Formats: sequence, C-alpha cells, structure tokens
Amino acid sequence: MLLDADNIYYRQLNKQIRELVAQGETEFEIINVRGQRYIADGLIGDLKFKVHGVPGQDMAAFMRGPTIRVEGNAQDGVGNTMDDGLVVIDGMAGDVVGYAMRGGKVLIKGDVGYRVGIHMKAYKEKFPVLVVGGKAGDFLGEYMAGGAIILLGMFTGKPDAPICGRSLGTGMHGGVIYVRGEVPVEQLGPHLKTEAVDEEDMKLITANLKQFCDEFGVDLNTVLAEPFQRVKPFSHRPYGNLYVAC
Amino acid sequence: MKAPFRYYDFQKDISGCGVFGVINTKRELIPGDMPIKAMCTMHDRGNGLGGGFAAYGIYPDMADKYAFHIMCDTQDGLDRAEEIIKSFFTVHESQPIPTKRTPVIKNPPIVWRYFLTPKQGVDRPQWRSLEEQDFVVNVIMEINSKTPAFVFSSGRNMGAFKGIGFPEDIAEFFRLDEYSAYIWTGHNRFPTNTPGQWHGAHPFTLLDWSVVHNGEISSYGINMRYLCEHDYKCTLMTDTEVVAYELDMLVRKHGLSLQMASKVFAPPFWDEIDRMPEAEKKVYETLRMVYGSALLNGPFAILVSDGTCLMGLNDRIKLRPLIVAEHGNNVYMSSEESSIREVDRVLDNVWAPKAGEPVIVKLEE
Repeated sequence: MLLDADNIYYRQLNKQIRELVAQGETEFEIINVRGQRYIADGLIGDLKFKVHGVPGQDMAAFMRGPTIRVEGNAQDGVGNTMDDGLVVIDGMAGDVVGYAMRGGKVLIKGDVGYRVGIHMKAYKEKFPVLVVGGKAGDFLGEYMAGGAIILLGMFTGKPDAPICGRSLGTGMHGGVIYVRGEVPVEQLGPHLKTEAVDEEDMKLITANLKQFCDEFGVDLNTVLAEPFQRVKPFSHRPYGNLYVAC
Repeated sequence: MKAPFRYYDFQKDISGCGVFGVINTKRELIPGDMPIKAMCTMHDRGNGLGGGFAAYGIYPDMADKYAFHIMCDTQDGLDRAEEIIKSFFTVHESQPIPTKRTPVIKNPPIVWRYFLTPKQGVDRPQWRSLEEQDFVVNVIMEINSKTPAFVFSSGRNMGAFKGIGFPEDIAEFFRLDEYSAYIWTGHNRFPTNTPGQWHGAHPFTLLDWSVVHNGEISSYGINMRYLCEHDYKCTLMTDTEVVAYELDMLVRKHGLSLQMASKVFAPPFWDEIDRMPEAEKKVYETLRMVYGSALLNGPFAILVSDGTCLMGLNDRIKLRPLIVAEHGNNVYMSSEESSIREVDRVLDNVWAPKAGEPVIVKLEE
C-alpha cells in the first residue's frame, strides 16, 4: 500500500495506517515523509514499512514486531521503549535512539546523536540490539541494564570526532557495549574500562553485523577487520552505596 | 493529594519549543514564506502561547536608522514611551507596524515602529559620555522598566516580530510573507516557567542582536543579577532575555569573539580543560573564572544573529536538538531536519553539531 505523506498531519497519517492495519493490510510504503511523528508506534505483528524522507520524533515507539526501513535520516527518539521488531535506517539518526528499548533490533548506517541506547534492558528471551555504523554522541548506553550496543564508527560525517562522546556507559548495570577499534579512555564513564572480546562476544557481534552488512550492502570482512573492545558494567548495582553512610 | 480520575487518559501537550534559522551568505533575499513554512512543520513543538521571527535586511532604505518596534496594551503607555523616545532621538518615521486582523490572534497590543537617530548632547549627564550604542541601550532599558510599553526590536535594517500565537499565526498577523531578508530566525514557543505573553515571546533582541531559544536557562537568576550590575535590566519575564543582553555585553562591550562568548555560555568541563595544552588551558580557566556568572546552565539550543552571521549553539551536554544543513549559499539551522527538508529538498550536507560547539556562518563581505 503506497501512502503519500506530503502535507499530511501526523495524526491523519497514523490514523490511516491503523485503519489499514485493522483491515488486514501488512505492507506499507510511505513517501514524502517530513517530520510526521509516531510512525508505527505501538503496532503489533508482522507488518512492513518502507519510509521515504525524514520521519519525525518517536518513530517505532512501543512497537512490537513490525519491520521499518527508512530511506533517509531519522530524527529523535527512534525505537523508544520498543518491544520487538526491526528498524533499519539508511542514514543518520538523532538523539535518544532506543531509549529503554526492551527487545528487537535497530540498525543505523550512519552517525547517531546523544543519549543513544540509554536504559536499554533485557529480560528472559528479550534481548535488544542496537548497531550504529557511524559515531555516537555523549552518554551512549547510559544506565544500560541489558541488551547490546555495537558501535562501528565507520560510516560517519565526523571524521575528526572520537568514536563516541563523553560518559560512555555511565552507570550501566547490565548489558554490553561493543566498540570497533579503540575508545579514548577519557570518554568512558566513571570506573569503566575496555576489555578484549571473547569468542562468545564475537558470535553475537558477527551475527548482528552480518545482518547490518546485508541491509546496507557493506562487506562484512572489512567491518570485522578491526578488533572489537567491550565495555561491561563493573557492578550490577553501581550506585548501591551512594547514600550509605561510611 | 490524589491523582485525578483516569488521569492516564488525559490529552498530553507534547511540545518543547522549536527553532529555525536560515542565512544566505551572499545576501540574496529569502522571502518570508520560507521560514514560515519551516516553522509550520514544527507546529507541534509549540502550544500557541508564543511565536516570532527575526529578519535581517528588511529596511534597506532606512539601514542607518535604529528601527524600534514597540508594543503596548494602551495608547497612553505608548505615548509615554514616545515621549522618552522624542527626548533622546530624532524621529525620522513613525508608523504602525503593518498588521492584518486574523481570527486567531486575540487582543493584540498596539504595535508601532520608529526609525530613529540619537540626538546629540541630550540632557542626561550619565548618557552624555556614552558611546552611541550604549546610549540606545540605556533608552531601551528606561522604556522597558519605566513605562508599560516594551521595545521588542531595536536594530538597524532588521526587525523582530512576535506575540502570542503559533508562529504561522504571528506571521500572518505581521504580514511577514511580504518581507524578504537574508537572515531569518523563527521560534515556536511552549512556555514552561513563565506565562505566555506578547513581550515574553521569542526572539529576544537588543540593538542588532537577536536570539531564539529552545530550552530553559536554569541560571536565569544568577545571569539576571550579573547583568543588572552592568546596567542591563531584565524586564520581559522570560529566561532567554539574558542571552541577548549577555551577547551585547560580552561581544560588543567586552570585545570577545562570538566563538569565545559561546565558551562562556557553554564552557568545557573542568576535566576537559585539565587535558588541554597549557596556553589553551589558561584561556578557558580565565574565561570560567571571569565570566562564571554568565554561564548558561540548563538545556538550550539557541540561534543567534547580529546581522552579519547566524550562529547555532547547544548546551554542553546537548539537552536540546539542533541540526545544520547546507545548500548552495543557504545554511539552515533547525530543531528538526524535516523542517529544513520542507523548504529545501536538495541538501548538500546535513549534520548535528557537537554539544557546546558553536556553528557560526558569516555573510560574505
């Protein structure tokens, strides 16, 4: 189903999508998207979206199952509290991607903004994964509680910037952040350190990067040519003693 | 206190202010339609309690005169402001700002504009020794604090237009589609700490400075008192006012570059300063020590112009979005990329600037 979002208000667009989903429509191609918020939010099941343009805030929030491919850049809040499904962005994305994400996968080819993957969490079979092909701003994976973030730093518009901003993984108490190449030590959150990855890590990295490479037409061997580092929480309760008298 | 019944079903007002700016580096004029359209895309970032635009290059025939835009609820208040103006300025033209009656703009104040040059040798001893622009600033402070009228724009060959309404409504009210400018900024307001008022809408201006802001200046109290020590009186009841006055003080009066002033607003963290080479370290330490009271704390994405450039700046941990894009001679800065794409479908380059790093685009000489 082809939808033209040119000059269409976000409520009207989302209402139309929901009505079509209720009628059994499962595949959507939306053209001329410019800033419409909340696309595919809260939708459940095996639906497919192809978005041309720049979708607005909070795309794929609370989504459980659908696949979205964006041909262009995305704005802030992609995959907010997303539950399941796949988001592929062939461009860059803004701030707070994957905020409190609890399942599914977000693949972004280019750079992302600040506070990406903060408070991601995992539970039983739910394991959210976020792959960023470019570089990230400050606070990547802050307060992370579960899941995995893979940061490549390869497809970036910021060649001079460090691979990630300040305070990487500050306060993380679960999950793991994998970084391709080196992380400048001053960019790490307090008490965190980088470690070499092991075989188990590489299995997870390779499986996800294979999908990333298939989606964006990138050579997997080139991506895997550099060693990966991992950042893991030093404690499952990093602030457990913050207010304890000593 | 108990939460209201079914509070979770309430309609939320999901907004957060929106800013848009464009500069044509070759001074080719951009019609008002463009910034208006861009702001329309970000309609939902405001809630109708404030909208406004600043435009540079709109009064070419009066380019050497100070263009005062004044608003007042009553004719009497406006008369009192005019009395002050007449005693310190030669009035070259005095006219109502052209407006259009629109159904959504209710009870607008009287909006008037004057084209002025300062009188020589006026009868206030402390104003006699001042430079021309300090003199103008003092008259503005006098009007804003002593009369019910507000000077909401005072630069040369530029003007601010603002009030209560969505930006597109304010644009229609002030007939901004009839203006063309080589620098535009626009603002959509979602007031958080102060009520929506006509004079409290953005942009905030002083002389040629204008600033639009998404965020909140938590350090307003400190900044306001600091400015007060330097004869800037904050009267407009909105935090962003301090940014306009601080720019005037730091750049025009103290001679800092705009780049340097940005580092006063959003200084590097101490641990970053510690890692700098010695000379640089000294500069940043000095800036933090001398201008600690001018630091802007809290979230902000601001767009600033002084008539020669457009600057975008974020707080140092990027608590508000800002996107920059280029196409030909136009450079755009906006809260949302979609608003830029709305008015320019072919962009050469799009990026999100680093927190605390100003993006300054100058007009060509």
